[in-house]
Amino acid sequence: MGAIYIMWLRELKRYFRSKAQIIVSLGQPTLYLLALGFGFGPVFAKAGAGNYIQFMAPGVIGMTVLFSSIFSGMAMLWDRQFGFLKETLVAPVPRLHIILGRTLGGATVASLQGFLMLIVCLIAGFRPTHGMGGGYNWLALPLAAVFVVMIAIVFAALGSSIGSTIKDMQGFQMLMNFLVMPLFFLSGALYPLSNLGPVMTWITRADPLAYGIDGLRGVLIGAWQFKFGAQFSFMLDFGLLAALAAVFLGTSAWLFSRIEV
Amino acid sequence: MIQVENLTKTFDQFTAVKDITFQVEAGEIFAFLGPNGAGKTTTIKMLTTLLRPTTGRIHLDGFDPWVKQREARQRFGIVFQDPSLDGEQTAYENMELHGVLYHIPRKVREERIEQLLQLFELWERRKDLVKTFSGGMKRRLEIARGFLHTPKILFLDEPTLGLDPQSRNQLWTHVKALNEKERTTVFLTTHYMDEADRVAHRIAIMDHGAIVAMGTSAELKAKTNTDSLEAAFLALTGESLRDEGANSADAMRRFAQMWQQKR
Repeated sequence: MGAIYIMWLRELKRYFRSKAQIIVSLGQPTLYLLALGFGFGPVFAKAGAGNYIQFMAPGVIGMTVLFSSIFSGMAMLWDRQFGFLKETLVAPVPRLHIILGRTLGGATVASLQGFLMLIVCLIAGFRPTHGMGGGYNWLALPLAAVFVVMIAIVFAALGSSIGSTIKDMQGFQMLMNFLVMPLFFLSGALYPLSNLGPVMTWITRADPLAYGIDGLRGVLIGAWQFKFGAQFSFMLDFGLLAALAAVFLGTSAWLFSRIEV
Repeated sequence: MIQVENLTKTFDQFTAVKDITFQVEAGEIFAFLGPNGAGKTTTIKMLTTLLRPTTGRIHLDGFDPWVKQREARQRFGIVFQDPSLDGEQTAYENMELHGVLYHIPRKVREERIEQLLQLFELWERRKDLVKTFSGGMKRRLEIARGFLHTPKILFLDEPTLGLDPQSRNQLWTHVKALNEKERTTVFLTTHYMDEADRVAHRIAIMDHGAIVAMGTSAELKAKTNTDSLEAAFLALTGESLRDEGANSADAMRRFAQMWQQKR
């Protein structure tokens, strides 16, 4: 247990020590929120879809968590050759503990980033509501935190799996272009996933982040993608994310245990 | 303390280590010398559970590292060729993290961290982030860390690469002192013949994955009829240059060096 804790603590220390990094990594989602939010706002409103900032805020929160968590895992690529990874690989503790500590640490950091982004959204004018009309719903914030944490765990574990597999920078670039960006663009963070063509619909349904964004948007502004009712949608999104988290954690533990350098 | 029998490692078609057999006694300082690509680092990786041998047997203090992995890992310390410190943490935190991973009780841990940091002249800088340290200080910290859990064996893979003569000299003085005081067996690789000559009790010379000669420095000189270890080394391994194919690790190593110079 000591090993899990000390590895988790390491990730947190690194996070709190690089204050510049905290600001910088909030910069990109904030830019999306403001530039796209205010830029597409009039078109969105004209299409009868309501306030675009309200729609987009859950998307950029999900985006923040996605990037932060998946990169925490991929940082292992650098650690592997020039850092600290080897020190942990020869330590007399089960590698499962090492990877679990790292992944949970990365997920904690990503969740904190997500909460900060939520605050940025609130400053930019976003308000949690019960749906069309119906006033503010501040009780939605703790439920949104649940989804932030779930997204963070799923993608930190996915990042750890990838970090245990790829060995060079080219691989990293490729994953960035062919995995992380599509995960983001196809998640419904920027546009509604309803009324897409059948091909797009199936592709977006295969995107794990779509369920995280749907969960966030559901609890924050009462707009669920599937029309099964809020309670069922909540359970569906939550259950799928939990199952994926378990699968990715297991995969990362297995891949990490097989690392040879 | 270290027993290796018929150890072989094959990557695809390339045999990096060919059927090597040797023993290192408890308390001994044993040096592996060899040109680039001779298989020294591969051997260390196999001894330290980082790479699975293709065939052959290894025993560290009686434990097969592939059967009793945790017991074997608890018994050795290692300083890698590439730095393996966490630059974003302080010297003290790096030591403490190591102590936790190696199950050292808190009280012993605190005492021993202080004692080792004092010895390696890093105690005053214990609260500074490791990324602000010079190359020599980082190496000293890594070696201090390697000794923290009182290992029976310490592996040093080219520990003095890129250090100035002062740092090298001081480093070996400390290693020798701890070898005598704590009876730690030391297994090292280096390119500097004078170092091996000075610190190692016995030397093995490796070339093309095989051990071509083994013995004390005097024995190697006598065997080759030369008067220096460097001459003996060249007599045994020939004068041709070994050009290794560059791999992705080399590319990243260059990148890391550039990166460090920039800051």
